Amino acid sequence: MTAVTNRPSLARRRSRIAGREGVAGWLFTAPMIVILGLFLVIPVGMALWVSFSDWTGRGSPFSGSVGFVGADNYNTLLSGGGLAERDFGISLRNNGWYVLLVVPLQTALSLFLAVLVNRAVLKGRGFFRTAFYFPSVTSSVAITVLWLFLFGATGAVNKVLSYFGVNGPNWFQDPSGIVHNLLGAVGITTGPAILTENTALGVSLWDWLAGPSVAMSAFVLMAVFTTSGTFMLLFIAALQNLSGETQEAAMMDGANGWQRFWRITLPQLKPTLFTVLTLGIIGTWQIFDQIYTGTQGGPGKTTVTPAYLSYTSAFNNQQWGQGSAIAFILFVIIVVLTLLQRFVLRDRAVSKRRLRAYGIAVKGMER
Amino acid sequence: MQRSTKRWLALGAVIAAGSLALTGCSGSSFDSGAGSSQNASAPLTVLIGSSGDAETKAVTDAVASWSSSSGTQATVTAASDLNQQLSQGFASGKPADVFYVSTDALAGYAANGSLLAYGDKLANKDDFYPTLVKSFTYDGQFYCAPKDFSTLGLVINKDLWAQAGLTDADVPTTWDQLSAVAQKLTTADHAGLSFSPEYARVGAFMAEAGGGLVDADGTAATANSDASVAGLSYVKSLLTSGAAKYSSTLGAGWGGEAFGKGLAAMTIEGNWITGAMKADYPNVNYMVAELPAGTAGQGTLQFSNCWGIAADSPNQDAALKLVEQLTSTEQQLTFAEAFGVMPSVQSAAAEWKSANPALAPFLDSATFATGVPTAQGSADVIKDLNSQLESLETSDPKAILDSTQKNLEAVVGK
Repeated sequence: MTAVTNRPSLARRRSRIAGREGVAGWLFTAPMIVILGLFLVIPVGMALWVSFSDWTGRGSPFSGSVGFVGADNYNTLLSGGGLAERDFGISLRNNGWYVLLVVPLQTALSLFLAVLVNRAVLKGRGFFRTAFYFPSVTSSVAITVLWLFLFGATGAVNKVLSYFGVNGPNWFQDPSGIVHNLLGAVGITTGPAILTENTALGVSLWDWLAGPSVAMSAFVLMAVFTTSGTFMLLFIAALQNLSGETQEAAMMDGANGWQRFWRITLPQLKPTLFTVLTLGIIGTWQIFDQIYTGTQGGPGKTTVTPAYLSYTSAFNNQQWGQGSAIAFILFVIIVVLTLLQRFVLRDRAVSKRRLRAYGIAVKGMER
Repeated sequence: MQRSTKRWLALGAVIAAGSLALTGCSGSSFDSGAGSSQNASAPLTVLIGSSGDAETKAVTDAVASWSSSSGTQATVTAASDLNQQLSQGFASGKPADVFYVSTDALAGYAANGSLLAYGDKLANKDDFYPTLVKSFTYDGQFYCAPKDFSTLGLVINKDLWAQAGLTDADVPTTWDQLSAVAQKLTTADHAGLSFSPEYARVGAFMAEAGGGLVDADGTAATANSDASVAGLSYVKSLLTSGAAKYSSTLGAGWGGEAFGKGLAAMTIEGNWITGAMKADYPNVNYMVAELPAGTAGQGTLQFSNCWGIAADSPNQDAALKLVEQLTSTEQQLTFAEAFGVMPSVQSAAAEWKSANPALAPFLDSATFATGVPTAQGSADVIKDLNSQLESLETSDPKAILDSTQKNLEAVVGK
């Protein structure tokens, strides 16, 4: 009974303190809330509204003459059957292959570089670290222009290839997909009917499997080149935090360098791996400036990405609803992929298969 | 749970308040509309998508001299990305008063009411080439005055021409002759003919065969008509025979680059090529001819921009006077001299030709030129067509045009 009567007064006191602290807290955070609200929350809210409206780009999207059209803009993109749907399908195809290639490659390369640079025996570590990091701090526009020259028909890359007797492609003018090209090399030039006759988002399944075009592959190489340095820094920081004791213990157990990397180092890098993969997925799905300055979506639409398509539909075609609908679909794709990735990389109990691999240790414990 | 509900409520309130504020401040300027808030002394802003310093300077000078004689203040800004800056202006309700509008952007801006349809009020309305007026007519209304225009011609490298043993009498006037000279001009070092893989070049052959993407009124799609297919098939035959190569195949960004670098002996380009030749390839000795006639006679494509006036402009009368001045015969001849464009008025034709005798074929082509489709969304259709034209050499012209027809039908004549 006493406990019951005491509780309100205690609570009141706590809330009074919380109230005073609360006011101060709100005061301190108010500038940030206003800035975020003004420049982030409201614009995102406006874009969301535009994606459900028939706003044509004149005057305010909230004015009386703008109507609510439900999911029309989304339907046009996802099941409209017209050019808008096909363009969106093509852009997803292009960007999908780009992500599929860039994310694993850049993660593996940056981890590899980090391990190399982190080795105590390496002389001139500072130099290599700077050299690898350098592309990351250069403006992406500058690198794109450099790439256009390097990968021109008579550019440096083709020159080097010619020393090896390889007749290099006309990189940024070549719309052919590399998977199709590989299949073509073994004599398969048209797909089976089941692939060519069925379509998804207006693009035939055979074309979905075309792979990135030669032009897009040049962008893949560029992304790997520019971002590996940044992610290498993250991996170096993580590697330097690992204690040497676990390594030593593994060494005492007779694990060789390869085993120590896969069984000891890599599992401990999992949080960093998650960060790198997440940043990689977000960054690669949002590729825009390279396309805008480099190819403008050509050749043959094979470097159109959703972000670029969103820009052109809004600013060039006055299809503002469709433009923002693309942006929100892209947002959903990124969120879903990040969640999926978090699910795959979650901490879980050691599997039976793994346990069997550690068979000796388990037996040792039993004994 | 309760706490998070409260937080969401707060967030909702912030969004609602913010949107109300935004609606409030832009609503006032939006509802005022055109006409009601006209102010005869309001200064004008002119936004141009300039091709370079010469054009910016010429326009700035012309506007400044109009400004001092009319007493209305006017400033010229060269846009870095014209479409984006225009769109931002229209959305904010405070656009530039006078600006360049391209044929493929016209329909979008006209449809959403951003443009003032002032064409019929122009004093010099009847002086413009009729095909140009048609290009800037949307929904039966003549929206804006053509700024200047360009047509496609056949540009020939005279030295390579002479090396192949050809004379002035061999300048092709038919498709057969074109194929023959292109074949003759082809060597291991250079292609006979080169042009970029896009409708804006290849489309000229469709016109020469009597076809085109849309009919004469621009109200029906005719992309896969027999004539259009015949035109594209001829282009394919040029490519497969090796007499013609796309500029992209030659590693050049456009026909002019392939031509200037000597990678091709002939190219199909517009009169803008003269500027590039003068600046980048001054040593190339070239001449210009009209495009040869196809199965249905001569044909070429024409390109133009117009002077748009914003429906939200507070001083439309002054803007109209400025445009009349900028499109007047003398002013257009001054522009032509400054940055090599062709005047959009017929009264300037004779003088322009006597000043540029070597380029006369470009202007003479105006009599049989056709514009590009202007319906809203047709730019996307053409982009899609361009992406297929890149592989024309190995694909079926009819199949390409069938898919274009399907896409065009969705946007034309709605």
